[in-house]
Amino acid sequence: MAVNYLDFEEPIVDLEAKIDELRELSGKDGVDFTSEIKKLHRKVNRLRKDTFSKLTPWQRTRLARHQLRPYALDYINHMTTGFVELHGDRLFGDGVSIVGGFARFEGQSVMVIGQQKGRDLKERSFRNFGMAHPEGYRKAVRLMKLAEKFNRPIITLLDTPGAYPGVGAEERGQSEAIARSMMEMAVLRVPVICVVIGEGGSGGALALGVGNRMLMMENAVYSVITPEGCAAILWKSCDKLEEASEALRLTARDLLGFGLIDEIVKEPLGGAHRDPVATASILRRAIRRNLEHFRDLSPEAIVSHREKKFREMGVFA
Amino acid sequence: MSWFTKVKKPLEAIALRKRIPEGVWRKCESCKEIIYSIELERNFNVCSKCGHHHRISAESRIKLLIDENTFKEEDEGLVPVDPLKFRDSRKYKDRISDAQKKTGNKEAIIAGSGLIENRPVEIAAFNFDFMGGSMGSVVGEKVTRTFERALSNKRPAIVVSCSGGARMQEGLFSLMQMAKTAAAVGRLSKAGLPYISVLVDPVTGGVTASFAMLGDIIVAEPGALICFAGPRVIEQTIGKKLPEGFQRSEFLLQHGFVDIVVNRLELKSTIALLLDHMCGQIVCPLPEPEQDEEAEAGPEEQAL
Repeated sequence: MAVNYLDFEEPIVDLEAKIDELRELSGKDGVDFTSEIKKLHRKVNRLRKDTFSKLTPWQRTRLARHQLRPYALDYINHMTTGFVELHGDRLFGDGVSIVGGFARFEGQSVMVIGQQKGRDLKERSFRNFGMAHPEGYRKAVRLMKLAEKFNRPIITLLDTPGAYPGVGAEERGQSEAIARSMMEMAVLRVPVICVVIGEGGSGGALALGVGNRMLMMENAVYSVITPEGCAAILWKSCDKLEEASEALRLTARDLLGFGLIDEIVKEPLGGAHRDPVATASILRRAIRRNLEHFRDLSPEAIVSHREKKFREMGVFA
Repeated sequence: MSWFTKVKKPLEAIALRKRIPEGVWRKCESCKEIIYSIELERNFNVCSKCGHHHRISAESRIKLLIDENTFKEEDEGLVPVDPLKFRDSRKYKDRISDAQKKTGNKEAIIAGSGLIENRPVEIAAFNFDFMGGSMGSVVGEKVTRTFERALSNKRPAIVVSCSGGARMQEGLFSLMQMAKTAAAVGRLSKAGLPYISVLVDPVTGGVTASFAMLGDIIVAEPGALICFAGPRVIEQTIGKKLPEGFQRSEFLLQHGFVDIVVNRLELKSTIALLLDHMCGQIVCPLPEPEQDEEAEAGPEEQAL
């Protein structure tokens, strides 16, 4: 497992390597290291608990971007059956940084839409690093309206560094696509549950984040700007990432405190990538519980619940 | 001659030059032509030589668009707070009070009601000098309330956007203003009331990507930078220089994201005309042509 770890995990990884070493030796020379191994196990667990209970916001940001972290399609595969991916915005293209389609979730058909990153080099560039073009957002709106037409709840999974800042994206109206998506989502007559599964990157994430409920994975982040962008603009320095991510208050716990999200979804110790199947199962139960709130509400009540939720956002004197 | 006596002469010359009061002349930011300040102001800061539109304050914008003595400001008491206790090289709180002192405004937007050539409207105008016209909770709230007043008073809404985008110092609260304002546009639109979005240099990020791009009609001033991601960010991403005119009003017009590009001096009359087209009094059915006119015309036609 030690292929991919973050620097603050190094002591943990070192200890785990030592355990492996001892285990190997244990059988060979007839020496029994069982008690040492047990001791080290306890130590590594303590260390992990300790490390992960006091992650800095920047460490958490890097965990949220972890290369092995489950992505939208992983969750879709683990949480649903019968997923049929639907493609295209009917205007220009497919917008492959966003995936979506009908799926069976806890016995009912739903529309699930997610921002998709790639794991290897090839897929990462195919998915444009999870940074959608306007056609991705327009496809998402089309699918959400399709869900509304057939009275299916909508689940959106947010995980993007942000909407793509490129020439084609600007030419095809990136801002218009994002703006329209938010406006259309606000009035969908079916329940919408949104989950930040990794990186909630500014407007690019919010474009799919206007829901009745906003859930956030324990190690996900959600922010108005990336710590990199914030540091570059306000600190005029690329290495003030700790300070910028601290100041932005982008962790799930901060945002729950502000009332900007509704619920934190627990992850296994060490992060979602340590056990994607278990994580998906925790999330599945959380989404089901949240969907149940809206089962008996009328379409009007669902819309006004969502409108009220966003109408009340903001603090001033 | 000693070094010190030599220096004396240029000093006198500087003293002489200083006698001309400051601010009488201004240099056009585009053609660098020296223009008489009063003339420039009378022209609403449009260069008379090259037509460059210089930035104007929210007050001047209201003066430009709203009939004299008809503007009634609303929500002027809303002031920003600092929910994140945000601090970079300086405290957010200090940045706010500096901006307030500098502009005399409490926030980056002025909202209210007034008449445009006798047509009642609800209007909001950004002030770029206040923290780059950035949108925090107060700006989002005032824009939303502008739409809501339009809705309850059954009037058109006009928002003149000029903003660097969402205000970082209010974190996710700022981001959520995008959803709040976009949803408010949706409610206004559903009620059949018009919303004209006026885009002036510059409109970027979270403001472009919310209410600014959702107007029934989108009007832009010439040469305004209108974008989601700023040119510098894009150049960094793609590693190439961007062509001249990229993301300017005319570029958006060409790509179908702006309805019309209008010179500042014709902005008011254009908006008035558009309002007439969208919600002016409908005279229906059209009056029949008068009988006797037809009778008179008849024989003449025959004679021809």
